[in-house]
Order: sequence, then C-alpha cells, then structure tokens
Amino acid sequence: MSIELRNISKKFGDFVAVDKINLHIETGELVALLGLSGSGKTTLLRIIAGLETPDTGEVLFHGEDASGVAVRERKVGFVFQHYALFRHMTVFENVAFGLRVITRRARPAEAEIARRVHELLKLVQLDFLADRYPSQLSGGQRQRVALARTLAVEPKVLLLDEPFGALDAKVRQELRRWLRRLHDEIKITSVFVTHDQEEALELANRIVVMNQGHIEQIGSAEEVYHHPANAFVYNFLGNVNLFHGRIENGRVFLGDTAVELENTHAHAHPETGKAILYVRPHLLEIVMKPNGKQTFPATVKSINPAGPQVKVELVAEWGDMVQVEIDHERYQALHLEPGANVFLRPKEQKLFVYSI
Amino acid sequence: MAGQPQREPKRPGTADPPMVRIALIAIALVFLALFLFIPVIAVFAEALQKGIGAYFAAIADPEARAAIRLTLMTAAIAVPLNVTFGIAASWAIARFDFPGKQTLLTLIDIPFSVSPVISGMLFVLLLGARTPLGGFLADHGIRVIFAEPGIVLATIFVTFPLAARELIPIMQAVGSEEEEAAIVLGAGGWQMFFRVTLPNVKWGLLYGLVLCNARAMGEFGAVSVVSGHIRGHTNTMPLYVEILYNDYQFAAAFAVSSLLTMLAIATLIAKRFLGRRVVPAKQEQDDLAIKVAA
Amino acid sequence: MATKTKRNNVLPGFGLTLGFTLAYLGIVVLIPISTIFFKTFTLTWPQFWAAVASPRTIAAYRLSFGASIAGALVNSVFGFIVAWTLVRYEFPGKSLIDVMVDLPFALPTSVAGITLTAIYAGNGWIGRYLAPLGIKVAYTPLGVAVALTFVGLPFVVRTIQPVLEDLDQEYEEAAATLGASRLQTFILVIAPALIPALLTGFALAFARALGEYGSVVFISGNMPMHTEVVPLLIMSKLEQFDYAGATAIAVVMLSVSFVILFGVNVLQRWSSRRLAA
Repeated sequence: MSIELRNISKKFGDFVAVDKINLHIETGELVALLGLSGSGKTTLLRIIAGLETPDTGEVLFHGEDASGVAVRERKVGFVFQHYALFRHMTVFENVAFGLRVITRRARPAEAEIARRVHELLKLVQLDFLADRYPSQLSGGQRQRVALARTLAVEPKVLLLDEPFGALDAKVRQELRRWLRRLHDEIKITSVFVTHDQEEALELANRIVVMNQGHIEQIGSAEEVYHHPANAFVYNFLGNVNLFHGRIENGRVFLGDTAVELENTHAHAHPETGKAILYVRPHLLEIVMKPNGKQTFPATVKSINPAGPQVKVELVAEWGDMVQVEIDHERYQALHLEPGANVFLRPKEQKLFVYSI
Repeated sequence: MAGQPQREPKRPGTADPPMVRIALIAIALVFLALFLFIPVIAVFAEALQKGIGAYFAAIADPEARAAIRLTLMTAAIAVPLNVTFGIAASWAIARFDFPGKQTLLTLIDIPFSVSPVISGMLFVLLLGARTPLGGFLADHGIRVIFAEPGIVLATIFVTFPLAARELIPIMQAVGSEEEEAAIVLGAGGWQMFFRVTLPNVKWGLLYGLVLCNARAMGEFGAVSVVSGHIRGHTNTMPLYVEILYNDYQFAAAFAVSSLLTMLAIATLIAKRFLGRRVVPAKQEQDDLAIKVAA
Repeated sequence: MATKTKRNNVLPGFGLTLGFTLAYLGIVVLIPISTIFFKTFTLTWPQFWAAVASPRTIAAYRLSFGASIAGALVNSVFGFIVAWTLVRYEFPGKSLIDVMVDLPFALPTSVAGITLTAIYAGNGWIGRYLAPLGIKVAYTPLGVAVALTFVGLPFVVRTIQPVLEDLDQEYEEAAATLGASRLQTFILVIAPALIPALLTGFALAFARALGEYGSVVFISGNMPMHTEVVPLLIMSKLEQFDYAGATAIAVVMLSVSFVILFGVNVLQRWSSRRLAA
C-alpha cells in the first residue's frame, strides 16, 4: 500500500516538529527517515501511524485520506524502540494479541490463531520461546517478538521507530541484515526511523534526510552519499572535513591558495565573504611536492595506522584540522612522520563549497 | 521513557472517549465531595452556628487554651526527637552496610501497623500506677499515665516512623559522593554533616517534619488511653474536642475542630509544596572546597 | 556475598548513628511492644479465651472485619477512579483535589468523627435526605463503614497514582496499533499492570480501618453486640480496668495486623519480580 504525505505540519507548543512535509512512498518500498533528535522524523512516523494528529495536511493510504481514521483502524504495524511488549503476557500471548482483540464476529478460531502465531514465531526464529515472558528474553529477541506481533494482524504498512537503537552493536548488525531479508521476502511497505546513517545507507531503498522539521534530500543511498543536495546532507552522511576559507573578488581562497572551482559543486556565492569547503577524508591525496594540480600545504600531526586504512591528522596551512584516509601502500611509499610538511590534493573533485 | 509527565499534549492512541472521561470525572468529584469537601465545609459551618462571638469565646476558653498549650508542647518534644532519630537512622541505613538492615526497617515500621488504642495501652501496661516501673516512678512523685508525660510518650510512639520513612529514601537517593569528597578534602564529621549532608536532604527533612508534626498534634486514640481526660490538665486539642462534644457543646467542639482542620489544610499545602522539591536529583555540584573551608 | 559488617571506610558516624538508632528504637518501640507479650503470658488460658471468644468480642470482630472490608472495597473502586482522573485527565480544580486527597491522613480522627456524625445524623447535612428513604447511617453499622471509608480513602489513591504515572503510554499505543479498542486496552493491558498496586492499597486501607478508633467512636454509638468495633471494645475494657481482657484482644488484633503487613510485603516483592522490565 502506498503512503502519501501532503503538506504535513505539527507543532508542540512553540516547537515546530514537522514543517510542511510532502512525501510519497511506493508500495513495497523500504524507506528510512534519517536525521538527528529533534529533526521531526519520529513525529512524522507517528503521524503516519495515527499516534499524533497533524496540525495541517493529509495522510493518504493508497490514495485515500486516512486523516479521520483512528489508530486501530489504520492497519499499520508499529515497532517501538523499546519494544513495548506486554510484560504480563507470554511471547505467544503477545503475538496473539492483535488477533484476539478482533471483534468476535470476525475473529478466527483459537486453533487458527495458534497456528498463525507459531508460523510467525518460526519466521522470526523464536518458536522455542513461545512460553517465556519478555523479561526472560534478550533485547534482540524481544525486538523480533515485537516484529512478529505487528505482522500477526497483516498490516498494510510497517513502521519502525529506531528499532535497533536500544541494542548492542553486534546485535544491531545482525538484526539489520535480518530485517533486510525479511523485507525481501514479505515486500511490505516499510518506513523506519533512524539517526544512524550507516543503518539507513545499508537497509533502505530510499533515504529521506530530515533536519529541523524539513526534508533536506530524498534519494537512494548512492544519491545522498555521492550527490548530496546541500552541506547538511554532505556533513551528515559519512565523515567530512570542513575547510574555512574566504571569498575575494569572486574567488575562493584557502589560506594563500586559490581554489579552482571547475570541478567542485558550489552554491552561488557573493563576491566577498566567507566560505566553507567540505571534503571527505578518503578523497584527499597526500603528496610531497606540488606538481601542477591544485594542492594545499599542510603539516602532519599524528598518524593512526590501525585499521583498514591509515588515518592521518594534519594541520592545514590556514589553520584547519584535516583528517585524511589513505591506503597502507601509499602510506608506506610516503614515509610520513609527525611534523612532515606535505601537500593535500583533492582527488577528482567532490569539493563542496557552501558560502555563508 | 517511563515517568513521562502526563501534561503532554493528548496522544490519540491513548485517549479515552469523551463520554467516558466526563463520567469518570463526575464520579470522582461526587465521591470526593461526599467524603472530603462536605466534611471540611461542615466543620466551619457548625463552628459558626452560634455566631462568631461564641466561636472566639470557645477558643479563648481557659480549658481550650490549656489544651492548645498541651498540644503544642507535646509536638515540640515529640517532633524534634523523632526527626533526630530519622536523621540518625537514615544516615546509618543509607550510608553503611550491616547485617539485619531489613529487619531494622521492619521494626521501625511497627508503630505504623499498631492500632492507636493499642499504642496507648502499651504505655499503660508499662508505666501504669500498678506496674512495677510505674509504681517505682510514682513513689518518686513522677506520674506518667494520666498525666502529661504519658501523653508525650504515646505521641512519640505513634509518630516514631514518620520522619525516618521520608528521610531514608532521600538519603539513599542523594548518594554519598559529596560527603566522601568533603571528608577527603579534610572536613570533620560534623562539618560534613552540617555543610553537605543537611543541605542536600533539607526538603525531605522538612517534609518528614511536617508529617510528624501533623500526626503529633492530631493524635487521638493513643492519647485518649493514657490521658485520663482530666480537664484543663491532660487534654490535648483532639481530646478536648471529644469532651466538648460529649457535653453537647457542639458549636464549641467544632470551633476547636476548626483550628485543627486549618492545621490539617496547612499541612496538606506544605506537603504539596515540599513534595515538589523532594526530587532526589543529583544536585549541582557547588564548589565543595568553599563549603568546607569557608 | 559476604555477610560481614562492611563499613564505609571514609564516612564517619557509623557507631554513633547506629547506636543511637538502636537505643531509641529499643526504648520507644521495642520495650513497649514487648510489654504486651509479657502481659499476655501472665494470662491463664481460660482468661485469654474468655476475653477473645466471648459473644461480645466475636460480634466486634464481625463488625470490624465486615466494615473494614466494605470500606476498603469502596475505596478500591472509587479510589481507582480518582487516581485515574487525577493522572489522565485535565479539569478545573484538579490541583485542589490532588492536595485534598490526603486529608484523612492529616485530620485528627476525633474531628473526623464528630464531623461525620454531624453530617450523617438524622438531621444532618446528608442524613436528613436519607432519613425519609429509611436509611439510617449514624449509630448503625453502616455509619461505621462510612467512617472507615473515610480513613482509608488516601491509601488506594496514593498507591495507584505513582504506578499509573509511570505507566509508559507506549503499551497503550502498541495495543491501539494492533487493533484493540480502548476498553480492550484497559482490560488486557493497563489493568493487569495496576493490580498489584490496587491490592496493596486495599490491604493498607483494610489494615488502617481495622485499627481505627477516633473516627468511629462518635458515629457508631458504641452499642455492644451491635455497633462496637474491636478498638472500641478494647477501650471499653481499659476504662473498666480489665487489662487482661484488653491485652488478650489486643494480641489478636496485632497478630492480624502483622499478617496483613507481611502479606503486603510478599505481594510487593512478587509483583516487582513478575513485572520486571
């Protein structure tokens, strides 16, 4: 079932949580709402579920306005960050809950309910825990039970609020992969909220980057990472260096060096003023001598060779701290040491100039 | 997550239908009107039945004044003693580990579970004129039962746990880091106590004090047993109310009652005010060196 | 786990405070409490039995128990409603009500007693409306129940309130997304979480009502075999210097109180284990 959000706004007192959001989600997509706390992502999710009422705008499911439809009628599955499993019920009873509260006339027989519950528990690989209480399960197990519980009532849409936020790093990774596989199998329209960009990049068909109640960019993982629409998105996804420069006579300077802008993505900037350049650590090359192409002087401060790449910290000639990632062969070839004076060259381009 | 203030904007998923809301509020209000508001109004209405002149006459009556004096004196003795106990007990329990702590807590709660009449009876059995201890004291001219000391003792007994019960959780919640820091910085025990400990628990202390005081001034059953009801001498205000009532001096009885009711309402307000501040949050760290060295 | 006396090595005052605590506890509480047991042992069995099982005493037990349970039940139902509206709803006067709920704690029992009597007597504020309906409250067991409802009122409200406040609304939202109606959510999700608190409140209200004296002595009329509750009976015996009889009955009362308290403790420990997050 497709979801459409039209002109959705919501305020809590004076705080604007969501500001005129328009969003369309296709049937069967797995979409991530990505942003920091306060960006409005959870509020938006809850508005889709009917757990909050928007001040303006409509929510449409499959083209039909759901604004007047109460939570319990919407057939949305909602998975909470802290699971919200009913503590006084067993795993079985939790998963069966949605089926048991159906009005008597439409309710399936108890035997049928039991069959469906066990089928779901097998799907999440927890059938052997059917008689346990939530307090006896690990965090990862609880979240899987919560998922099974929402799937029991065959919702049209699956909404997940930071589903793995309360779990350890390893369990998080496992469950991420597991959710991906589940979605591939079931193909249910899913929206999940996260502040973890790695999670969004790994899981989602499309990512909605949110900031202070607005949408900054919508796109696939490839799009938002490699073609960020603005500085916020660039900064938010992946590591980035900030270079503080200035604009004179329409040209951007970092220290004494003019920046060649043919291959950079730049916003229109005034004739004079300040500018910030964004460069990813692995897109900077370290060379010992300037050799014609655009380079910036810098001094090595520290080197961390542990890990798949070598992380080098430098101080640029104009004072900014710079982080560069180079591979081990290059590092060996350079014989770098703290204190060495080197030159930085942005690879290809991917400089992102944003004037303030 | 848990403990969210319910003053949040209404969440549709948890809202009750309006009819249900109105009905429940109505039921609650009627119930409370019946059992709380009407009685309070009645006290004042009955007290003023014979006019305001009679009201003040009743309160200014010598026996009434004696009762007020005795009530105040009893509280003035019982409350500080029990509050001191509360401080000592909460310090020992919250700051140290020792075997039998749980038993100690249970023992402290004993007066709570004893009926007031039995509480008073205990002291009659212990210090009555016919008992060995009581007889011994009587020989030395000290009357306890049917005299003021008995009233004070019974009051101390029934109000015994009140301050401690408030202070123990507070002392535990505040934690000992600040006090340990003070000691390490060179403070003596009493310095630490007055400059660090007491300020941190002051709201809980006041709260316990208010509760203790309300009960001390308002105790009836236990004091009734030990007092002997000797007019002008061994009547506290609650007892005096009974005497007036049994004498059919209703307006006067309610006049004295109105004073006690006002005390009760003041207690409730103080409870509300202090209760808000008894938040066992970690205090902002003042400069401890200043606290200790100043 | 070592059971040695582990002292905090840095903080002073252990000996002083513990010593004072134990001494004060001993003098104020333990010695007086023990006198009742010593006195009990001086009674002969026939004496004890005569006091404890006489028709008058049995009538007093029946009334005490019955009226206390009735009061505690009324408080459980209405106290629950009061707690619910205080926590979940907004309405004018809410703060005032929240403050006033504790009135029975703060008001001297004799004041409560004479006021309730004045209200429910035949010509009283409320009594005058009930008399034509044939309902007598003052000087009847019904009056005793009313008084005992008054004294227990705060217990249920104040034990349920904090539990209700801490109840995460996410559970209700989860139930709603799964299709449950509000009533279903209340019965299946909310109520089970509140039952331990409700039971505790009930037990505390009941225990308090059993021992209540001042609020009851005026409205009941103290007629033996009819409107005499156990504390009144004990007082009566004391006034007649029948210390043996008073002690015997008191011991029975104390034992019941301790059993109830023990039960409440067990209940709280069981429920915190079962509902551990």
